[in-house]
Amino acid sequence: MSTEKTTPPSPETEKIGVYVCHCGSNIAGIVDVQEVAEWAGERLKERGVVVARDYKFMCSSLGQELIEKDIQEKGLTRVVVAACSPHLHENTFRTACGRAGLNPYLCELVSIREQVSWVHTDKDAATTKSKAVVSGGVERVIHHEPLEPLVVPIHPTTLVVGGGIAGIQAALEIADAGFPVILVEREPSIGGHMAQFDKTFPTLDCSACILTPRMVSVGSHPNITLLTWSEVTRVDGYVGNFTVTIRKKPRYINTQLCTGCGICQEKCPKKIIDDVYEAGLSYRKAVYTPFPQAVPKYPVIDRENCIFFQKGTCRACEKFCPTNAIDFSQNEEYMTIEAGNIILATGYDLFDPRRVTQYGYGRLANVFTSLEFERLSNSAGPTNGNIVLRDGVTPPAAVGIIHCVGSRDRNYNNYCSVICCMQGLKFAHLVKERTGATVYNFYIDMRTAYKAYDEFYQRVLEEGTLFVRGKVAEVTDAARLPGEDGKLIIQVEDTLAGIQRRIPVDMVILSSGLEPRHDAKQVAQLFGLSCSADGWYIEKHPKLDPVATMTEGIFIAGCVQGPKDIPSSVSQGAAAAARVLGRIQQEHIALEPIRATVDETKCSGCRICNNLCPFNAILFHADRNVSEVNPALCQGCGTCVAACPAGAISGTGFSNEQILAQIEGLLLLNLTPKYTLAAL
Amino acid sequence: MNTDTFEPVIIGFTCNWCSYRAADLAGTARVKYPPNVRLIRMMCSGRLDPTFVLKAIAGGADGILITGCHPGECHYLEQNYKALRRFQLLRRTLAQMGIRPERLKLVWASAAEGVKLAEEITCFIEEIRALGPLDWPALTGERIPVASGFISAEEGGR
Ligand SMILES: Cc1cc2nc3c(=O)[nH]c(=O)nc-3n(C[C@H](O)[C@H](O)[C@H](O)COP(=O)(O)OP(=O)(O)OC[C@H]3O[C@@H](n4cnc5c(N)ncnc54)[C@H](O)[C@@H]3O)c2cc1C
Ligand code: SF4
Ligand code: SF4
Repeated sequence: MSTEKTTPPSPETEKIGVYVCHCGSNIAGIVDVQEVAEWAGERLKERGVVVARDYKFMCSSLGQELIEKDIQEKGLTRVVVAACSPHLHENTFRTACGRAGLNPYLCELVSIREQVSWVHTDKDAATTKSKAVVSGGVERVIHHEPLEPLVVPIHPTTLVVGGGIAGIQAALEIADAGFPVILVEREPSIGGHMAQFDKTFPTLDCSACILTPRMVSVGSHPNITLLTWSEVTRVDGYVGNFTVTIRKKPRYINTQLCTGCGICQEKCPKKIIDDVYEAGLSYRKAVYTPFPQAVPKYPVIDRENCIFFQKGTCRACEKFCPTNAIDFSQNEEYMTIEAGNIILATGYDLFDPRRVTQYGYGRLANVFTSLEFERLSNSAGPTNGNIVLRDGVTPPAAVGIIHCVGSRDRNYNNYCSVICCMQGLKFAHLVKERTGATVYNFYIDMRTAYKAYDEFYQRVLEEGTLFVRGKVAEVTDAARLPGEDGKLIIQVEDTLAGIQRRIPVDMVILSSGLEPRHDAKQVAQLFGLSCSADGWYIEKHPKLDPVATMTEGIFIAGCVQGPKDIPSSVSQGAAAAARVLGRIQQEHIALEPIRATVDETKCSGCRICNNLCPFNAILFHADRNVSEVNPALCQGCGTCVAACPAGAISGTGFSNEQILAQIEGLLLLNLTPKYTLAAL
Repeated sequence: MNTDTFEPVIIGFTCNWCSYRAADLAGTARVKYPPNVRLIRMMCSGRLDPTFVLKAIAGGADGILITGCHPGECHYLEQNYKALRRFQLLRRTLAQMGIRPERLKLVWASAAEGVKLAEEITCFIEEIRALGPLDWPALTGERIPVASGFISAEEGGR
């Protein structure tokens, strides 16, 4: 917003510099950058362009100095850079202008790389389009106004959603640095998938041994408020100042009194198949903690399955609880918290292998999912770690492990689930070690990148596990050949030997892939994030900014961003924490000043805009009969700007003048004598 | 004009959060599409003021592409629905002005859909090529009042 009212900007008053980047050969290979610069210098002279240059790498320090020098020596009042996407380097060039004393918002970056040279092949047409794009930028920038970033305070509290290993790591890093964290977990305990495993590849560390101390630290940390059995239901506000509503489901346990002794679970008469923690292999009670090391230690009563809640009688737990901690009168609670930043670490769901019907899961008893096998091999699991068939007693003599179930498959998910090869190797080792059975791994490609992974593969090879390269066609119990009776037969093309094989085994383990949480889309919407086509949350930049998102103040960590192993999940948790800490320590953050403002003298008080704003940023002053935008709530979408019939609302950074001028520029209506478009 | 050599000019409005990124992604992935489209970035498809479309048409564009986040995925919660309403209204307005409503197209493209956006652009360019040039009077240099556009409505529209 200009401080003094001067004549509106026009080509006569502005001195515009145009800089066309070669980007090595990225742009210059297709676009004749020199011609574009010369053209702009000549044809757009009347539009205020006083200097137009091309340079090899505009983003290099030499390129930036070129702009700075021109601003200082030629007194440029506007700058247009034609280079890569503004999402990459807008900040670079704005900062360069700022250094030379020009308000950063008087610089416009137009893309002739992502939107021209990389997508077009015809050199002449690409050069022509680049000219039009530059012309659009020049016309637009004439109408730019000097702006100051909006500086907002950062609330020191961080909300972490999801208490798997990624969320745990993020919460601990921030809390250890001395800042408050609120950790929201949907299940009765934190821990996530890692709590279900016995051993972790490639080191075969005991999962509980490395996870439990972390969980305990979270539970007892003075800076962490742990809200389990809870979910976020609403998110308002913006970076630095989020207001979040959390639903706390009733535990029906008074946590002040409960000592976690577990007597209630023993006495509860109602058994339910535990689909979450035990992957359906075992039971839990209606009052339960998912596993002995649960944090917090307090159980929850599962209302749907509790006999008292369903039939009105029972209360066995209440009778036996030594501290009178059972409280059937609890209700769900909603609480509102303030947070400056949010880290989402909601993890993944396992691909449901029932969808691959030819592998027989759910139909053939001794076909197991990978998570079922984790529980089966877990010494704290339903079989005390004895690897046995579904009957609970018979150890298998031969086991087949099928890789890539639901992954790298056009019918399901195209992507590689990353962890399944290593997890298949881990299973092979455990089966061999504990049962001595013959183990086959059926793989498409072995993917054992990362530290110590391939060494583990070598070890499993040396232990005598057999590897068959080929995608399994079918698992069946229809015996055809001698020796197949009572077995599961794996039908596969061995692509290394070039033959079809039928391999009879007793147990099949499906290395199911990882999938986005079933409710990932809804959660993404709640927090204003976007998902990739597969449903994983999109990071701000796949290489350079993997834990930030396009929504300021919201970060992602762990499998919510894509399939990954524990070390990578932990790294992302720590990385997200570091990003958040950097901001909290600054105490303030500068935001793009893209906001709507109402010109009260033009506003007719029709109130059309009032209901259009999704953030309720527009309030109506009945006394003066005008609307006003609250800049703290406005997110700058511009919908009200477009809707106001009186043209009373203007959008900084994206004003009508700017966009209309850009249209003129793109269509080359600014050139005299008039060009016909086809002739250019 | 001969439709074989006719190269339409298309102005595309994109949303900063989804379709502009899809266009970036198409670039990063080196997906190819014809150069007839020129894109404008806005913060949201909800920013689309109908006059932008009319301005582009009056200024010589042969087709207009409006793009935004998929319904339910708007970065600003629901503003793309407003774009959808304006799109439908604009189509009717164009028809009344004697311009084929097919010259205006709406495409939903998420930030991940670079390939889809490129395909939709390619397809739209061919549709407009088949319709032929709009040849709006403004192109001739003098700005003829909009009303004279109605004449062609009787001829079925351009
Ligand atoms: C069978 C199998 C074996 C594996 N073995 C290994 C191994 O040996 N070594 C290895 O490195 N990796 C292994 N992995 C990979 C490992 O599981 C993941 O890397 C790791 O668990 C990812 O952690 P996370 O925190 O991102 O997600 P999760 O562990 O999925 O945790 C997410 C948490 O968020 C909670 N949550 C979800 N939605 C919400 C919500 N809306 N609100 C609140 N809370 C929510 C969940 O309840 C959960 O507690 C294995 C994976 C599988 C499937
Ligand atoms: S739409 Fe425009 S005129 Fe109507 S109340 Fe809002 S700002 Fe005022
Ligand atoms: S631009 Fe208008 S509609 Fe959009 S957030 Fe701001 S006040 Fe609300």
